Amino acid sequence: MEFVKRADREKSPEEIERDEWERQKAKQRLKQAMTIASPIFILLLWEMLSRTEIIDSRFFPPPTAIVAAFFNMIQTGTLFDHLSISLLRIVGGFLLGAIPGIVLGLLMGMYAPFRHFFQPLVMALMPIPTLALLPIIIIIFGIGEMSKLVTIAGSVFFPVVINTAAGVMNIEQIYVDVAKNYGAGSKDFFFQVALPGALPVMFEGIQMGQAIALLTIVAAEMMGANEGIGYLIWTSYKAFVITEMFVGLILISFFGYFFSLLLRWLQAKLLPWRENG
Amino acid sequence: MSRQTKIKLENVTKVFYKRGNSVTAIQNISAEIKDGEFVCLIGPSGCGKTTLLKILAGLETPSLGRYSISRDSKEKPLQSMVFQEKGVFPWLTVAENVAFGLKMQKLPRAYVKERTAYFLEKVGLAQFAKRYPKELSGGMKQRVSIARAFANDPEILLMDEPFAALDEQNKYILQEELLNIWMETKKTVLFITHSIDEALMLSDRILLMSAQPGKIAADKTIDLPRPRHVEQIRSDQNVAKQFVEIWKHLQTEVQRSRLQAT
Repeated sequence: MEFVKRADREKSPEEIERDEWERQKAKQRLKQAMTIASPIFILLLWEMLSRTEIIDSRFFPPPTAIVAAFFNMIQTGTLFDHLSISLLRIVGGFLLGAIPGIVLGLLMGMYAPFRHFFQPLVMALMPIPTLALLPIIIIIFGIGEMSKLVTIAGSVFFPVVINTAAGVMNIEQIYVDVAKNYGAGSKDFFFQVALPGALPVMFEGIQMGQAIALLTIVAAEMMGANEGIGYLIWTSYKAFVITEMFVGLILISFFGYFFSLLLRWLQAKLLPWRENG
Repeated sequence: MSRQTKIKLENVTKVFYKRGNSVTAIQNISAEIKDGEFVCLIGPSGCGKTTLLKILAGLETPSLGRYSISRDSKEKPLQSMVFQEKGVFPWLTVAENVAFGLKMQKLPRAYVKERTAYFLEKVGLAQFAKRYPKELSGGMKQRVSIARAFANDPEILLMDEPFAALDEQNKYILQEELLNIWMETKKTVLFITHSIDEALMLSDRILLMSAQPGKIAADKTIDLPRPRHVEQIRSDQNVAKQFVEIWKHLQTEVQRSRLQAT
């Protein structure tokens, strides 16, 4: 017979477990440090390589130069103009796409005739990138703000519709039975069962829609606009003001992160009942 | 005992038809359940117990035959069901779950609040009123389900193996709690179970079902004194005898359906 034994005879069991716990905590701290270190490391490396001209500083200006450009643009006010118009387009287009998407998705999820009628249309239109429809959108809505809003709305609409409908249809039968057994009318069923039950999956669609909205706005502004972050990136590149182009890119990264945090916060507020909430 | 008939089933048959195959779930079920009676329906799995309950719950319609539930009052809902596990809405708080039926009936808010509080107290969940079901144990969730059904004050209560997923300890505790609330309200209860112990503990009458097609094979009266307690039921010689009888019946049923299947 062989025993599994601990070597430290002189330590008490509490001490052994406490040491183990502290080891685990140290490991955890190391992981956190890595997360913070990685972007700093990359930025430092970039700065060095660019300053020493190992990489071409015309195309990859050092981060400090980009930061300087950023503050310069804030001072002249150009950044605020580009930023505000882009954000307005994103938020407006997002709402214009998400709200009808939620409504149609709920109707499709709840009523089979709606589902069977709209499903083929949604499925057929979904694979077409809205950007490819930009010429048609411009023909219909002109080159003004409306065409940008519609482009974003179009790309937000589809993931929201599909996820909302799936959310309603995936509500477990037992909840439908309970509602029916307790005499829920169609209005009660909608507000007490269908909507809250569909919300988690619906939110995934909204999150996807938000990510797509950001992609779309940049591309749309590159193609047909004279303001906005996408326009800033494209004209900076064309005029060879590469630092300003990088400012645009970093802003997009920042807003992508910011919006997903915002939605995650909203989700936790709206869905306090979820297992992981 | 000349109590009125509360539930009457006449030749209820249900056939399920799917892809060219038909299965007779229950066949010619006739039974009468009296007002205030606690009746357990027991049988091997797949004998159509749940189908029968779903018909009474208005979630299925019988293929043939008819049933009636007599009404005391026009305002009361006809029936409320306590479902197997997971019947509690995860997105509603404990109190909102208990109030669900009352809200569906559009009763005055003050009344709903008072009645919800009363039944939350009854099942010992008053301090959990504002919590969500994710924070509750399985036994607590079933208490919510029971409180919701009783609070709804229906003509009859239907229970579909509500304690099947609970551990032994919790099961006994909830059985006694259920009997306490039932003694107070004197509701007519039809309770499905596959546990003979549970049926003997709870019921005035046990309806034994046979399998494929489901029929009522025996009707046993359990006239043990109430209130009942686990220890007392467990030590009763008579109950032991009843247990063996029901056990034998179920054994032969299971054997028979196994032979049919091969």
